[in-house]
Amino acid sequence: MKYSPTAALGQLIGRMGRMGRKYGVEWWILVVGALIIAGIIFMAVFAHYLAPYGPHDQSAGPQLAPPSAQHWLGTDNLQRDVLSRIIFGARTILGVAILAALLSSTIGITMGLISGYSGGFMDKTLSLVMDSLYSFPGLILAIAFAAMLEPGILSITIAVAVIYIPTYFRLVRGQTLSIKEELYVEAAQAIGAPGKVILWKYIFPNVIATTVVVFTMNVGDAIMIEAALTYLGLGLPPSVVDWGMDLAMGKKFLPSGQWWLITFPGGMISLLALGFTMLGEGLAEILNPRLLER
Amino acid sequence: MKNLLRYVITRALLTIPMLLILLTIVFVVVRVMPGDPVASMLGGHAPQSVIDQKREELGLNKPLIVQYGNYLLQISRLDFGQSMILHQSVLDAIGDKIPATIELTFFGMIITLLLGIPLGAYAADKRRSPQDYAIRLYGIVIYCIPVYWLGLILQMIFGVWMDVLPVAGRTGARVFVSTFEKTGFYTIDTLLVGDFEAFGDVMLHLVLPSVTLGLVLSGIFIRLTRANMLDVLQSDYILAAEARGIRHRRVVYKHAILNAFVPILTMMGLQVALLMAGAVLTETTFSWPGMGRLLLERIYLRDYPTIQGIIVIFALIVAFVSLIVDIIYALVDPRVRY
Repeated sequence: MKYSPTAALGQLIGRMGRMGRKYGVEWWILVVGALIIAGIIFMAVFAHYLAPYGPHDQSAGPQLAPPSAQHWLGTDNLQRDVLSRIIFGARTILGVAILAALLSSTIGITMGLISGYSGGFMDKTLSLVMDSLYSFPGLILAIAFAAMLEPGILSITIAVAVIYIPTYFRLVRGQTLSIKEELYVEAAQAIGAPGKVILWKYIFPNVIATTVVVFTMNVGDAIMIEAALTYLGLGLPPSVVDWGMDLAMGKKFLPSGQWWLITFPGGMISLLALGFTMLGEGLAEILNPRLLER
Repeated sequence: MKNLLRYVITRALLTIPMLLILLTIVFVVVRVMPGDPVASMLGGHAPQSVIDQKREELGLNKPLIVQYGNYLLQISRLDFGQSMILHQSVLDAIGDKIPATIELTFFGMIITLLLGIPLGAYAADKRRSPQDYAIRLYGIVIYCIPVYWLGLILQMIFGVWMDVLPVAGRTGARVFVSTFEKTGFYTIDTLLVGDFEAFGDVMLHLVLPSVTLGLVLSGIFIRLTRANMLDVLQSDYILAAEARGIRHRRVVYKHAILNAFVPILTMMGLQVALLMAGAVLTETTFSWPGMGRLLLERIYLRDYPTIQGIIVIFALIVAFVSLIVDIIYALVDPRVRY
């Protein structure tokens, strides 16, 4: 049989519909979230082909022009094209948020596994530290970190990553504590498997499933924290193209009525955060319906 | 009663290690991380002797462990030192600004509760109906809208286009704060003096910032209320109430909601961190002279003692609120005891 793209597409749509009937609204929440993320990632990757002007091009058009056919989203006070800046800005926020979530999940999961498995004094101390850190307002901690470090991509990534380590730690530690008591772990111990093997081959694979949901939601949160920091003028040097910084700049032109300078960058931040949150919500409902009911 | 007192004391003692850890984190972030506060304060061209003298003045030339000890001692006496920039003690600077933040968060919280609890309860009652999905979708979407952006959009609509509400500060230009300022809570101060015109002006300035903060937080409260209500609605006493023929509306909005309220109260305590983060961002958007704006102003000025003092105050508030919430919880629910 010959391969036909239309048939494949039809099959895909059919399968999506069946999943929709099986899981209901949650499935569509997941799909919409995934589509939003895919769209923005596409925009970030192909920024050079998609953007009509360069993000730093100060002769893209007239100063502070409202949206028009030449400049779909208008221009800013330095005659730069807002649409092009939004397309290129997607790279910064996506990069920082995903990198930060990877960093904090790697550290948090590892620490949670070791702490939960080994127990004892170290576990008690670490848990207390993580609980305290968890209770502290994340944004304020991130502000403090960003203010102390030299502005740069790495600094803001660290500032965002630090505040999510306790989230992963608490989740993974709790799960490790209960999985540790399972019969198959006991069996592995009985046949003399070393601790490292039990941790990574027996416990880790069982923990990773729930962290997927948390990771997705975490990226959504990290997006808002990144944008908040740069909106406050922290974390990134002015040469980087970033939605939060564009929003802060647009704020100055609010009283004179240049609405497009704040509407579009802020709207994109919301949309991207919404994409990850919806994906996370959908995944949570489908993988574990009890998780969000609590 | 004796049991309760023991619980309260145990819980209060448990706050100490948590506080100590938070204070240590603040110390590590502000003092140990790279960057020399004195050099950045005095600018790049200050002679070494001046820098050394200032460092000695501030005790920054001592070993870190001594600095840490002094820092804890100072805080235990509630002494946050002097600002590096202005001749003002850090505590005075914070005392000036904290009423503004409390006023903002108080009204924001009221709006959140007024929206979140009824909507959450309604969604739980009409589970899996279009209304339920609509309310939940609202909850997800509003959670993802950055509070500062919502603030800017509301400013644009109500401040610039319709020109009906003030968008910045706590009072208008025609109100003289000095004629009523006592406690720093302008809503209370104006009423104490009996200046109703000023009271109206203060309330008008509160509308947009507190609505902004309240709306953003309402999403989480909808979810919390809905989840707790779902649990309560499945319990036997609700079925019993229905069986006795009490009207459904009364069962849901009186019997169930009161029982769902205890866990919601605890959750409220956990949201205090979110509330404060939201307040910091709302304050910068609305030029609201509170703690958040003070923190950012002093960050730009590199005023380390004040930065440290503000973060410590935030840590104290977090520890204090979680203590209070646990005590209230124990008072309401007799099963919670050590």
